[in-house]
Amino acid sequence: MTEKLAHAPGAAPVRGPRALIFELGAPESRCVEAPPLDVPMGVVDDLLGGRARRAPLVLPNVTELEIMRHYAHLATMNFGVDSGMYPLGSCTMKYNPRINEDACRLPGFAGLHPYQPEASAQGALELMSGLSDVLAEISGLPGITLQPAAGAHGELTALMVFRAAHTARGDARRKVIIPDTAHGTNPASVSMCGWETVTIPSNEQGEVDVEALKAALDSDTAAFMLTNPSTIGLFDSQIVEITEAVHAVGAYAYCDGANLNAILGKARPGDMGFDAMHINLHKTFSTPHGGGGPGSGPVCVTEELAPFLPGPLSVELEDGTFGLGWPEHTIGRVRSFYGNFGVLVRAYAYVCALGGEGLTEVAEQAVLSANYLKVLLQDAFEVPYGRTCMHEFVMSGARQKRENGVRTLDMAKRLLDYGFHPPTVYFPMLVEEAMMIEPTETEPLAALDAFAQVMLTIAEEAASNPELLKHAPYTTPVRRLDEAGAARNPDLRYRPPEA
Amino acid sequence: MAHPSDRKYSNEHEWVLVQGDVATIGISDFAQDQLGEVVYVDLPSAGDVLATGDSFGEIESVKSVSELFAPLSGEIVEVNSALGDTPETVNSDPHGAGWMVKVKLEDAAQLDALMSAEEYDAFIVEG
Amino acid sequence: MRYIPVTCEQRETMLRVVGVADVDVLFDVIPEAVRVVGGLDLPEGMSEIELSSHLSALADQDIAASELVSFMGAGCYDHYVPSVVNHVLSKPEFFTAYTPYQPEVSQGTLQAIYEYQSMICALTGMDVSNASMYDGATALVEAALMACRVTRRSTVVCLPTVHPEWQNTLATYSDAGQFSLCDQPSADVTTGATVLASAAHTALLGLAEVLAKGDVAAVLVQSPNFFGSFEDLERMALMTHESGALLVVATNPVLLGIMEPPSVYGADIVVGEGQPLGSATSFGGPGLGFFTCRQEHVRQMPGRIVGRTVDVDGAMAFVLTLSTREQHIRREKATSNICSNHALNALAAGAYLSAVGEHGLAGIARSCVAKAHYLREQLLATGRFRAPWEAAFGYEFALEFLGDVRSMQDTLLARGFFAGVDVSDVEAEHATGMLPAAGDNLVLFAVTEKNTRAEMDAFAKEVASL
Repeated sequence: MTEKLAHAPGAAPVRGPRALIFELGAPESRCVEAPPLDVPMGVVDDLLGGRARRAPLVLPNVTELEIMRHYAHLATMNFGVDSGMYPLGSCTMKYNPRINEDACRLPGFAGLHPYQPEASAQGALELMSGLSDVLAEISGLPGITLQPAAGAHGELTALMVFRAAHTARGDARRKVIIPDTAHGTNPASVSMCGWETVTIPSNEQGEVDVEALKAALDSDTAAFMLTNPSTIGLFDSQIVEITEAVHAVGAYAYCDGANLNAILGKARPGDMGFDAMHINLHKTFSTPHGGGGPGSGPVCVTEELAPFLPGPLSVELEDGTFGLGWPEHTIGRVRSFYGNFGVLVRAYAYVCALGGEGLTEVAEQAVLSANYLKVLLQDAFEVPYGRTCMHEFVMSGARQKRENGVRTLDMAKRLLDYGFHPPTVYFPMLVEEAMMIEPTETEPLAALDAFAQVMLTIAEEAASNPELLKHAPYTTPVRRLDEAGAARNPDLRYRPPEA
Repeated sequence: MAHPSDRKYSNEHEWVLVQGDVATIGISDFAQDQLGEVVYVDLPSAGDVLATGDSFGEIESVKSVSELFAPLSGEIVEVNSALGDTPETVNSDPHGAGWMVKVKLEDAAQLDALMSAEEYDAFIVEG
Repeated sequence: MRYIPVTCEQRETMLRVVGVADVDVLFDVIPEAVRVVGGLDLPEGMSEIELSSHLSALADQDIAASELVSFMGAGCYDHYVPSVVNHVLSKPEFFTAYTPYQPEVSQGTLQAIYEYQSMICALTGMDVSNASMYDGATALVEAALMACRVTRRSTVVCLPTVHPEWQNTLATYSDAGQFSLCDQPSADVTTGATVLASAAHTALLGLAEVLAKGDVAAVLVQSPNFFGSFEDLERMALMTHESGALLVVATNPVLLGIMEPPSVYGADIVVGEGQPLGSATSFGGPGLGFFTCRQEHVRQMPGRIVGRTVDVDGAMAFVLTLSTREQHIRREKATSNICSNHALNALAAGAYLSAVGEHGLAGIARSCVAKAHYLREQLLATGRFRAPWEAAFGYEFALEFLGDVRSMQDTLLARGFFAGVDVSDVEAEHATGMLPAAGDNLVLFAVTEKNTRAEMDAFAKEVASL
């Protein structure tokens, strides 16, 4: 008998009328207006050279109360880390510390303009330099750029750095090898870098098939991209052999750092032979996901590759002050200004709070919690790779599909009724009906136990009442959606009713 | 599931129905079931020429995309434009109203390389 | 153990359940050769009180432009952020939420983004908007890539008056080989804009001549441009479409409150930097790349998109849709590699535009334009500046300072004013061609609704006394 968790979102389904913000208020409603004009006003059309707006503009007209109620109402229909556990594999949905939120809002940070003189932004530049030093120590790779705005952006940046390095040697290459368990951003980034993706199969242990890798590596290989620990949550112990094989053909080894949470302070990608990696600050370093972003994807590279990094970077000068500088053979910019500074502040606060020991404890607890859950669930569900996992593990819903006709999708939707966000589902594609579970280190034991208990209950429901699961969820703000209809007849914006 | 025996099938799950010198091409019932609800079909135009094995379009469900591979070669003489408005026809009637392109058959011998309904039914069980 | 709720005792219980004596055993799979020995070489963790003190000390070293009188713009603008915006952003249900892949528990995020998309379409006049990109620069790059897909061509012409940093970004992506940048038309120092047609006997290259060389996928134009001047979008659209290319226009979203949207002139893709809509300047990031296009091209648009649908009970619901364009499904053939976007900044923009409405936005934009014109007049009246051109502008303009820009700015900063942006600093990384012909000492001034007449008068007085 499972108790419904007290914090289950949407436990009382919101079924009342639901309005778009455009439908609230009245034409005369106002919230914020421009202050009275204290200078002369000319004719807009003249000032703008005949470009005054004639096209209609329909935005909401609401009062402050209506805005705050509207967003409060929307918030009740949203699940966040503050609401409950998100065991999303490879997303590292850890707690977002509040002091980080305060920090990035300090006027001395939030109020900075990117072009103000360096002398007036020394605190910010020192912060960026300090964060870079910490990431260098954690990654084992000394060259750091904080510019990329997200992990995928970091992947592409690193590939561009590889390209520049190959070109500088007069050795242009065209292919990048990835394992079949790679995240979709990997091959997409390869294409954006004008290269071709070659996919190699994983072996039966879910690790890199080193023979297949060696067979695929040749003088046309620019790089091999690997997530280690992998997207199956396993640390590939062949890693040194792998990076050596990659280097033997003159290619670069890239580490997708999405799973860094598992090895903080325990192992460093630079020491494994990787030439570059990206880090997801919004995963490993506690910065909030914000409903989809903004994240930040710093890239760490070897000393050899550091001259090619994008600029500008914050560097400590001889006199102890900080300034912006460009790497000697920079590839150029990959975006405007210096990076997602507001996100960098949050990550900096996090690493300062934890220190070296604290960061190592993160990995230890993350890995322990994942193994704990695996033990609790491995009888009720098939776990295709049963050995010790890292910070996440993959289960398969294959048995429930076979025996009861219940799919992972159905079980995921049923989890919503119990107040948990589902794990990552249907990824990696290597595992049938995959569920990838990553608890993170910030979940209390009670939450882990509750999650395991709910999963076991769902396994029982799958056996005794499959129909129940096929139509779940029942208690969320909305139930299963017509996604096919949304794609067939896209309605992507509000259109005001015809006047 | 038994696929209709009046036509041939490719190992990419397309069917070919020949009437005179025109070959109609679509995807099999097995294929539409695997895909799930079809939301969009991207087809070439009449006048385009297909070469055997080439990708000639794409079919999308909510969470997947599959390429369509030409089971034979020839010039496209007609395209099922109704699928633009109602792509779900591919699900409801994959062997009839869900047809995709009609091609002028270049070489009838190409049909020999395709599977009969029986062979196809066995093929999908093995795969 | 910071942020780790599991107690030492509970850890022991968990170890027993897992069947290992020590947590280190779980890391045995890592080859000894690559294990970290002796922990990370990092300082000890700080208590919250120490951390708070440390962060404040760092921030206090900075002289934030938003706290003084600032006339800096050049792609990042110090507009007033309504109180409601930060209160909305601070709701944990929004900021601690994941990407809304499970729509049943993400209706808050999804509806807010749908509303944002709607508002951006309203502003730009375009049919569809995505759920956000990183910034204006990368949105411009993605527009170039999209135009290449739509036209099946691979050459792009970027006008010289686009922000130098955006041009730099475009060049970096171009080096990666998916598209090439052809010759640029020349900058027109008489208008602060772009030359459309080459004049006889000059070395100036016009857009018409560049397009005539053929095979162009897109013309990328920013209007108002980096110098604050307007480009002739109407004529550009005609030329561009005649050549079979798409017109990509980057624009200022606040000015759209009173300015004709690029859709009216025939733009095919409209992008820009959305930071002015409710995001702090924050040393340049995170900002907001907004991206809109025509309905017919929606399947080639990059980024996440929210669509409206219903659930099994027929209730209104929102969901991420048209996902087959994206990397997690289409992989190497995806429209872009983008995964994480700038959803929270998009939420800020939606809250901002809701707070101001079209009347508030128009008032703010009018205020910015009126004040900018006032400041320009006052600065010219000091006799210390020269106008490089007489051209219409919105709330940003360029003037040539008759003296050393750096020392002028240093002096004025000491008196509490951030005196604009030195164009040659920005151009150091990518030349527009406007310098040196328009002057070596060009300064960009932006004025927002936050700047008062008293501040502008005081500033002008300081300038005059130099």
